[in-house]
Order: sequence, then C-alpha cells, then structure tokens
Amino acid sequence: MPFAWNLPYLSVFLTMITAILLSVIPGAKRAYWITVGVSAAVAVMSLCFLAFIVKADTAYAFTMGKFPAPFGNEIRFGPLQGLLASVFAAVMCLSLLGGREELFEDVDPKKMGLACVMFNMVLASLLVLSYTNDAFTAYVFIEISTIAACALVMIKDSGPTLVATIRYLFMSLLGSGLFLFSVILLYAITGHLLMPQLHDSVSMLMAEGSYTKVLALLLGMMTAGLGVKSAMFPFHRWLPDAHGTATTTSSAVLSGLVVKGYAVLLITMYCRVFTLETVRAFHIHDAVFALGFCGMILGSVMAMRETHAKRMLAYSSVAQLGYVFMGLGLGTEAGVAAAVFQILAHAFTKPLLFVSVGRLASTMHHDKQLRALRGSAWNTPLAGFGFGIGALSMVGIPLFGGFAAKVNFSTASIFSDSKIALTLFVLALSSVLNALYYIPALINLWSEKNPDATRAKKDTTATAAIILLALGVLFLGVCFTPVMNLIVRGLALM
Amino acid sequence: MLHTIIENRFAVTAVILFVTGFVNMMVHPNLIKKVVAFNIMDSATFLMLASRGMIAGRTAAILTDGGADVTRYVNPIPAGLVLTGIVVSVSVSAFSLALIQRIYGAYGTVDMRELLEAMKKKGE
Repeated sequence: MPFAWNLPYLSVFLTMITAILLSVIPGAKRAYWITVGVSAAVAVMSLCFLAFIVKADTAYAFTMGKFPAPFGNEIRFGPLQGLLASVFAAVMCLSLLGGREELFEDVDPKKMGLACVMFNMVLASLLVLSYTNDAFTAYVFIEISTIAACALVMIKDSGPTLVATIRYLFMSLLGSGLFLFSVILLYAITGHLLMPQLHDSVSMLMAEGSYTKVLALLLGMMTAGLGVKSAMFPFHRWLPDAHGTATTTSSAVLSGLVVKGYAVLLITMYCRVFTLETVRAFHIHDAVFALGFCGMILGSVMAMRETHAKRMLAYSSVAQLGYVFMGLGLGTEAGVAAAVFQILAHAFTKPLLFVSVGRLASTMHHDKQLRALRGSAWNTPLAGFGFGIGALSMVGIPLFGGFAAKVNFSTASIFSDSKIALTLFVLALSSVLNALYYIPALINLWSEKNPDATRAKKDTTATAAIILLALGVLFLGVCFTPVMNLIVRGLALM
Repeated sequence: MLHTIIENRFAVTAVILFVTGFVNMMVHPNLIKKVVAFNIMDSATFLMLASRGMIAGRTAAILTDGGADVTRYVNPIPAGLVLTGIVVSVSVSAFSLALIQRIYGAYGTVDMRELLEAMKKKGE
C-alpha cells in the first residue's frame, strides 16, 4: 500500500488530536494559528492525496482497527473524496484568515482555545462525512458536527446568538434523530452498517421485492433527516438566525462548509448504498426536486426582503442549497455531478461574500445593515471587489463558478426528460431573483462614500483570504470542464 | 394483526416512542421539555437496536470459562452501538442544558414563545 493512501486517515487524526490538545494549550493567538496551520496542512495533504489517487485512477477502502469488513470500520476514498476534502480544508483555512480581526473582537480571549477546538472538530467531521464507509460512524460525526457547529454560533456569546444556537441545535437534533432511526432500520433489515455490504443487501432486497415499504420509509427518513441539517426548504428556518448572527468566520464556515457535509453524506448514501435506481424507484428524487425547486425561489424571495447583509447572505444559502437538491432530484448521474460542482462553487463563493461583508462592516462600526454599508466599498476596495465577484458568481455571470454550476445543471437536465423544462425555468428565474438582490446590494456598496465611515485597519490575512477565495471562484468558472470530469470519475468510482 | 404486533412489540414500542419524542420536540415551546423529548426519541432508537441484537435463550457476549462459542451469545454489535449512542445522547443533552441555562440567565425564561417576545422587546 503506498504511503499516500494513509493521508486521509492521517488528516482526520491530525485535526482530532489538535482539537484535544488545544483544550489544554494556553494562549488565544497560539490556538488560532495552530488551527490555521492544521487546516492548511490538511488542505496540502488532501491535495497530495488527490494527485496520487487521480494518477492511480482508483478508489481504496482503508480498514480501521484490526477487524476487517464486515465487522470492523472503514473509510473509503477516491478522487471525489480527495477533491472535497481539499476544498473543505482550504476554505476552512481561508475563512479563519478572512474573519481573524472580528473573531478576536467577538470571542473572549480566554475562550479562543475552546473556539479553535470546535473549528478543528468541524473540519474533522467534514472529512469523516466525506470519507466514511460506515453508516453508524457517519451518525456519530453528524452529532459531533452538530455540537461543534452550534458552539461556533454561540462563541459570540450574545443573547441573540444563544437563541439562534438553541433553535439550530433542536432542528439539527431532529435531523440526526431521523438519520439515526433510518440507519437502525437499515441495520434491522440487512444486518450491516458498512456501506458496500449495505449496498449488496439493499440490491438483493430490491431484486426480491422484500421490505420495499421499509426501504422506502427509511430512505425518506434519511433524506428528510439530512435535508433538515442541510437547510433544505422547508426545514431552513433555523439557518438565517444561526448564520446571520454568528461571527464572520463562523458564518463563512457554517454556510460554506458545514451544511455541505450532510449533502455530501446524502450523495454518498444515494450512490454507494441505495443506487440512484432505487431512489428513482421510490420517487424520493421527485420530492427532493420539488423541495429544491421551492428553496431556490423562496430562499431568494426571502433574501430580497432582508435589510441585514449577513441575513441576506444566509437566505441566499437556502436558495443555493436548493440548487444542490434540485440536482439530486434530477435522479441522474449528471444531476448528482452538477450538485457536487455546486457544493464546490458555493463553498468558495459564500465564504468570500461573508468575509467581504465582515471587512466592509469593520469600517462602519460593525453595523451590517445594508443601509449602513452604503458606500463602504470605497474604504476597503478589495473587499468591495470580493463582494462583487461573489455576487456576480451567485447571479450567474460567465467566468465565475456560479455560472459554471448553472451550465452544469442545464446540461444535466437534458438527461431527465420529464424535468428539463422545469429545471431550465427555475434556473432562469432563480438567476433573475439573485440579480434582484445582489446587484442592488453591490450598487449600494459602491455608492457615494459615507462620511461616517472609518478607515479600514490593515489586515493582510483578510486580504490574502479574499484574493484566494476569489481565485477559487474564478478557477471553477474558467476550468470547470476538468473539475467536472474529475467529479464524474469520482462518482463512477464511488 | 395482533400476533404481528406482539411479535414485533419492541419495534412497535420504539416507533411509538420515537414519534412521541419527535412531535414533542417539534411543537413544545418549553426548551427543557424539548430536551426530554429528544432523549425519548433517542431511547426509542436504543430500544430498537437492543431488541435487534437479542437472541432468545442466549446470554450477554462476555467471555467466561465457557470459551468463545458463538452459539451461546447474543449479537454484541447492537450493544456496542447503543453504548456509543448513549455517549452521544448524553453529550448533546449536557450541551443543550448548559445552553438553556445561559439563555435563562439572559432572558429569564425557557419558553420559546416568551423568548422570542423578550428578544423583540429588547429590539434584537
């Protein structure tokens, strides 16, 4: 076994051991920089692993512990998992850098170490949710992710963030409860928890036509459970408060990454355990498509009504996650590939927008009302450009990641005869709706200079983060064909 | 029908408990009762798991002088999963209760409706 095959396991181990050590290492700055370093190291390790696995053109099941399958635990990785892990770790690192100033202002220095524990645990959960080959391990890390993500909302320690956290926590617990019960039902009828064995058993049951009602029920429960956690419409009501009130880094991580982890797990369950054929047989994909469709439109409508910049971005996330579910709802390999691309594009774009708004608000006494941000882009032009790139990507202007995602969805819809018209219609409508709130917000930022504005403090880390996130958005917009090829190959090797 | 229910009594009880917990978590405005509901929901899954591992006439999978004769023991994997689930459930409950305590300190209530009203009054 080549050494590179150990890198996914080592990256999970590194983040978890760092989280444990940070709970006893003193010093706010030290904890912060260790966390940045670890996420950067994981990004580099994941990229190296990605290069190896693409070259080998294979997927590998890594046995954990001394018991082999079907009794032991496994992680399984291929090009898709390598790509997702690289992006998740890189965006985590850039979000930490981008929101540094606000993070140190919002978090009590004595508690910074504990906040960094949570950032590491979120990264560990995202990696495990991408890599795991075991349904119960997925549940355990879903719960770890829930606690860590809720802690990231409440680290600001104000009344509204506490209430937002409890609402987020209870909705998340409903979601994980549904997921757990569906996994138990699956275990009850198959006797397995490892995904390849589950796949064999589910295929056998489907061929025999036995337990079909239970399978349909548990697949629906699993989809609803992970849907609640990924803010699928109509289970999105917790998201705007949680993502809108948190500190900038937390908002970027929650909106850009955490909700994606559950969507990735849902894709893994669909492709590796149930197969898209089974999902189509139970018409689960039709329900997912309908909810994605509604989310795309209503998320944007609610964003248009918002006057608070971060809450507007949070509602926009509901719409953008609607794209992911619409792609899954197409029920085809091409639709799933487009959904994965959307996950990547949004993972770069939304943190870019949150970090830019955080920088812009820092010149307006941290007031994030859109009215207060009027003309603020002149004080920090780079953040203004960053917001511009993010906004244009969301609208779907060519050369940006959001445009490529829309092209992929349009192409994917061709393979789904019954949904082609609906998909193209909702893509067009959603682009118009996105433009209706992103373009006015952009014009607002670049309006006449506000005399009350203070000069932005120099922050090289935020500058670097904005530039790198913007480059990520541009890269996905320009080089989307090789990325899509990689995703398609990754899905085939799932 | 009755025979099927009696045969699957653990699964039926688990489903009733799960639905009870789920509905209460959705609709109850009291935060403490939501935590209780969450625990009922989790207990339902543990009951379901434990009952799946049970094989009548066999004993717990603890090696004694009888040696490793697999026909003597129940399936030990669900028991392991229940233990893991309990750890997760306890952690989440502790986190929820600590959070509710902070909320009570800030707003003087644990009722979600009163909480939202209090936030409105404060202009948050």
